[in-house]
Amino acid sequence: MSEQITTYTVTIYSENNIGLLNRISAIFQRRKINIESLSASESEIDDVFKFTLVVNITEHQMEKIKGQIERQVEVIKAFYHTDEETIFTESALFKINSALLFEEPQIQNIIKESHARIVTVNRDFFVIEKSGRRSEIDLVHRELKPFGIMQFTRSGRIAVTKTEMPISSLLQQIRNEQEAAFAKA
Amino acid sequence: METKTIQNPAKTTITMSGSEALIHCLLAEGADLIYGYPGGAIMPFYDQLHIHQDKIHHVLTRHEQGATHAAQGFARATGKVGVAIATSGPGATNLITGIADAQIDSTPMVCITGQVGSHLLGSDAFQETDIIGISTPVTKWNHQITSAKEIPEVLAKAFYIARSGRPGPVLIDITKDAQFEEFEFSYEKCEHIRSYVPVTEVKEEQLQAAAQAIDSAKQPMIVWGQGVILGEAEEAFKAFVEKSGIPAAWTILGVSAIPTDHPLNVGMVGMHGNYGPNVLTNQCDVLIAIGMRFDDRVTGNLESYAKQAKVIHFEIDPAEVNKNVKADIPVLGNSKETLERILPLIERKEHTAWHQNFKDHYNIEFDKVIKNDIHPTKEGLTMGEVIELINTKTNGDAIIVTDVGQHQMVGIRYANFKKSKSNITSGGLGTMGFALPAAIGAKMGAPDREVVAIIGDGGYQMTIQELGTIFQTGAAVKIVVLNNEFLGMVRQWQQLFFDKRYASTEMKNPNFCKIAEAYDIEAQKVTDRSTLEDAITRMIASKNSFFLEVMVEKEDNVFPMIPTGASVSDIRLA
Repeated sequence: MSEQITTYTVTIYSENNIGLLNRISAIFQRRKINIESLSASESEIDDVFKFTLVVNITEHQMEKIKGQIERQVEVIKAFYHTDEETIFTESALFKINSALLFEEPQIQNIIKESHARIVTVNRDFFVIEKSGRRSEIDLVHRELKPFGIMQFTRSGRIAVTKTEMPISSLLQQIRNEQEAAFAKA
Repeated sequence: METKTIQNPAKTTITMSGSEALIHCLLAEGADLIYGYPGGAIMPFYDQLHIHQDKIHHVLTRHEQGATHAAQGFARATGKVGVAIATSGPGATNLITGIADAQIDSTPMVCITGQVGSHLLGSDAFQETDIIGISTPVTKWNHQITSAKEIPEVLAKAFYIARSGRPGPVLIDITKDAQFEEFEFSYEKCEHIRSYVPVTEVKEEQLQAAAQAIDSAKQPMIVWGQGVILGEAEEAFKAFVEKSGIPAAWTILGVSAIPTDHPLNVGMVGMHGNYGPNVLTNQCDVLIAIGMRFDDRVTGNLESYAKQAKVIHFEIDPAEVNKNVKADIPVLGNSKETLERILPLIERKEHTAWHQNFKDHYNIEFDKVIKNDIHPTKEGLTMGEVIELINTKTNGDAIIVTDVGQHQMVGIRYANFKKSKSNITSGGLGTMGFALPAAIGAKMGAPDREVVAIIGDGGYQMTIQELGTIFQTGAAVKIVVLNNEFLGMVRQWQQLFFDKRYASTEMKNPNFCKIAEAYDIEAQKVTDRSTLEDAITRMIASKNSFFLEVMVEKEDNVFPMIPTGASVSDIRLA
């Protein structure tokens, strides 16, 4: 197994219970591994919650940590994927002084060329939203910076895999077992 | 006061308070003997314990840590879930050492803590602490209850999670208002949680691959751990060992699964294990690990651990496979099921010449170490000879509870176990102070068995207050303190690796016999060999608790020893 540091997108399907995030982050904290980004949402399956996080570790570490995550009672299944195996995106918001929109025509070019969009404009400020890969967001950030950014924020990575996630069939299997056990009782 | 018994709680609905519901949940789970310490936030529950004292027996320990270790001792002696109760704040935080110990040693335990009223959560109220946050990394599961109606389902889940799969500790935190709140109670045992797979399905191809590797092995060796005991696989394991004819060595938590004097039992692996199984780990061609997790104290340096061997790993917890040692053939599942199913697949064999190799190594170890430990010719008393005499006087039938340190290694090395669940010790966490309260729990769980706690003079003073629990309950625990007036294991390391700079390891001890006598416990101190045997006879003959202090040689060392970072095959005999 490779000992090379790789960026992994970890997808965790779980129950939506208070405290589980603490339990998952403790697994990384204990091994002194930084979580680069984190997002939490519903998943494609009703009643199943999903954490997506990004870490830079070796595959050997990743495999062991996946086991530790899946050991948690409220975790249904965990997966990890490399960048090549996923379609992923992040979203960023830039808040900029409205006056600049008229004074600096270059800003409009940046928005146009980067396929960013203006979310809102008022007398004092306007907000640009840019979704995409980290490098694309970083580029927009670099280009806008000289004009002065009032606020900047970037979301955690969200991702889907190129291949099928075997979780749906797994959950169906769990449901079938549950029903069979219920019928038996 | 006469109290009601709910015959069939699943089919009954009765209005009651959350705290009374807790009692009925515990009874429905068979937990009628529990350990704990009261305080403000858990008072409604203690009130119900008082009302229901005819049905549920609560043992008041002298410290909450003692309650957890007693619950652990109870669990390890009986195989049932141990229960410990504490109040919020300091009561709850005092449970943490025992919970961490139960987590690393896979002991089934449910801890219930009181919590401040839900309207006060997060306000830094008196005795408020975030025990869910604090206990998260050391529990298998934890949950906070803020409403009485959650109690039945959460308690049912707690017991199910604690005892199923790879067992472990669960903590349930209950706010005071939830204990007072009235609701409609009914109880149903938990048998399934969607996100939780306690035991993975056994794969036939893994069994076939393992059987083939076992049959074609020339020099195979078994290392078994506590998984054999936790899986109640003792019979299946014995049959497997006997049919395969493979020499079997144990980890510190695995011992007693088969008798010490079984002809194929070749002793202990690891840092202070036996010479043969350690050296031959690096000579075997197939290493069959069963219900063990390749702890660093077992493997020594991983870079030179059994590199020549094909490794078969029987294991219930998928996260343990390939964690420390790569498994060529993993066999996932409950040890009883996997061992029963592999038995018909393997050939009956005898590895006579290979087994002789273990015997030869044992003879070397006997000459260089064991002989002098258990039949010393020097004047000072050794820990080994005390253990040897306890073996003789108890016929090997006792439950031996050890603390942590030199006496633990000597105790477990020389104890002669005949029955399973006879060895209770703090393995993974190495918790000094474990033995005295754990022995109390073990004695209450197995009242018909002799329970002998073997403790060092250091560890004894970490939970010595539990003598009060013995005084109040009359638990007939036999206490043996092997006193070398040192924190012996640390001193041994200071001698070997820190040029004999004995930093803070020498102890000026009190008169231990007087302390025991203050609690009405019969006590005797032995300072020379001539009185040792009689003292042990007297201790074992006693129907009550008995305290025996044996002054042993101050600077004896425990050998064999694998120095930290060394290979198992570089084990030192002196």
